[in-house]
Amino acid sequence: MTENDDHQLRVSKIQNGTVIDHVRAGQALNVLAILGIDGSEGEEVSVGMNVPSDRFARKDIVKVEDRELSQDEVDVLSLIAPDATINIVREYDVVEKHRVDRPEVVEGVLSCPNAGCITTDDEPVTSRFEVLDDGVRCAYCGTIVREGIASLIDT
Amino acid sequence: MEGLKGNAGAYTNEMRHDHLITSKQLSRGDIETVLDRAAEIDEDPSAVADRYADTLLGLLFFEPSTRTKMSFETAMKRLGGDVVDMGSVESSSVKKGETLADTVRVIEGYADALVLRHPKQGAAQMASEFVDVPLLNAGDGAGHHPTQTLLDLYTIRENAGLEDLTIGIMGDLKYGRTVHSLAHALTNFDVHQHFISPESLQLPREVVYDLHQEQDGTQIREHESLEEILPSLDVLYVTRIQRERFPDENEYQKVAGEYQIDTDTLEAASDELTIMHPLPRVDEIAPEIDETDHAAYFDQAHNGVPVRMALLDLLLGGDDGGVRDD
Repeated sequence: MTENDDHQLRVSKIQNGTVIDHVRAGQALNVLAILGIDGSEGEEVSVGMNVPSDRFARKDIVKVEDRELSQDEVDVLSLIAPDATINIVREYDVVEKHRVDRPEVVEGVLSCPNAGCITTDDEPVTSRFEVLDDGVRCAYCGTIVREGIASLIDT
Repeated sequence: MEGLKGNAGAYTNEMRHDHLITSKQLSRGDIETVLDRAAEIDEDPSAVADRYADTLLGLLFFEPSTRTKMSFETAMKRLGGDVVDMGSVESSSVKKGETLADTVRVIEGYADALVLRHPKQGAAQMASEFVDVPLLNAGDGAGHHPTQTLLDLYTIRENAGLEDLTIGIMGDLKYGRTVHSLAHALTNFDVHQHFISPESLQLPREVVYDLHQEQDGTQIREHESLEEILPSLDVLYVTRIQRERFPDENEYQKVAGEYQIDTDTLEAASDELTIMHPLPRVDEIAPEIDETDHAAYFDQAHNGVPVRMALLDLLLGGDDGGVRDD
């Protein structure tokens, strides 16, 4: 039995939607947070955590029924799951497969953790972060965040 | 910044109007252009006395300021122009809850350029995205203060030169925006920078990250004591350690005392050492040093006028005689 068959057994197949594979182990719930998925809409969600993987020792996998990701969502996903693959599934078949690309800038999705930053005031400004090799940097105050980026997601 | 626009013919070609938000945007060429122009103006201020007779500079100071605000006002008036001043926050619409974005959009309708000081980091960057007139950052929280940097560089160039320079920057390096801006700008030159502070007030890691991007790591050193490095310094740039940065008075007194200098401290220093301070000082430089040849801080404050005149000339000026062309 291949690795793929193995985890397919653990996490059920979906008919239509998105499979986010090769998520770094431990990040699956953050992926759901980015997508704003908490189950309250009744969508069918399957999560595999610490699944054996050829590429990493362990990985997480997220399957979401009836949901295809926007480019903005993929951009932010890339910050916490840079190795993820996005599989678009229609009628049980993978019809598109993408690797995520790290964008140069992410706008409007993260909030700056620096309480002294102008973007934390009640100003009509959209947050903007430059993406570094190992983190993100606020375009306004210059604060660099390397750990805990998922906690900055503006939901 | 891709350049500052020049009024005199020699400066015009590669330059254009822009905002001045951080010293990171200044190239060596930009800096030298401003300093050279400042030197010309210092030499003969009358040559530019009426150049900007119809120009109004908008002053928006959301925090107290003496030197920066008065020297901008003096600079604009010595260029023949005038200022419109928002006044204190207490007496303005800000008190009614107006956003900074709205305030700058209103005042740009009254003025040809804006000078902004604000307690929040990134305020000048954000404000500049809402206006078309040049906006100069006069301090944004613990962020940047690039016009102070230009007058600091002018003072360093006059006293010690900007090549093969060893500078010590001491005091509150964490919150000191003049320090952040100066350190970035100095990476354009052949300078060894030594940062001296208590551990709790070291340079923000963001600034260290930037400095290492720009310069060989051996040219950037951090220390907790002045003693080990003082003899090698050409310039010592002192900043104030603020009481409110410490949990209690005892802790403050203990730390601040280690970063104060007097004539005894300077026995180990070079005779040529130049001492600078962005002012105001409290007790970090003993008054007895004022009378020595080391002291350059009052000249430094005076240099704010020709340097800001030069900067305004370069930002406002052009072949069209001061009318913006973009």
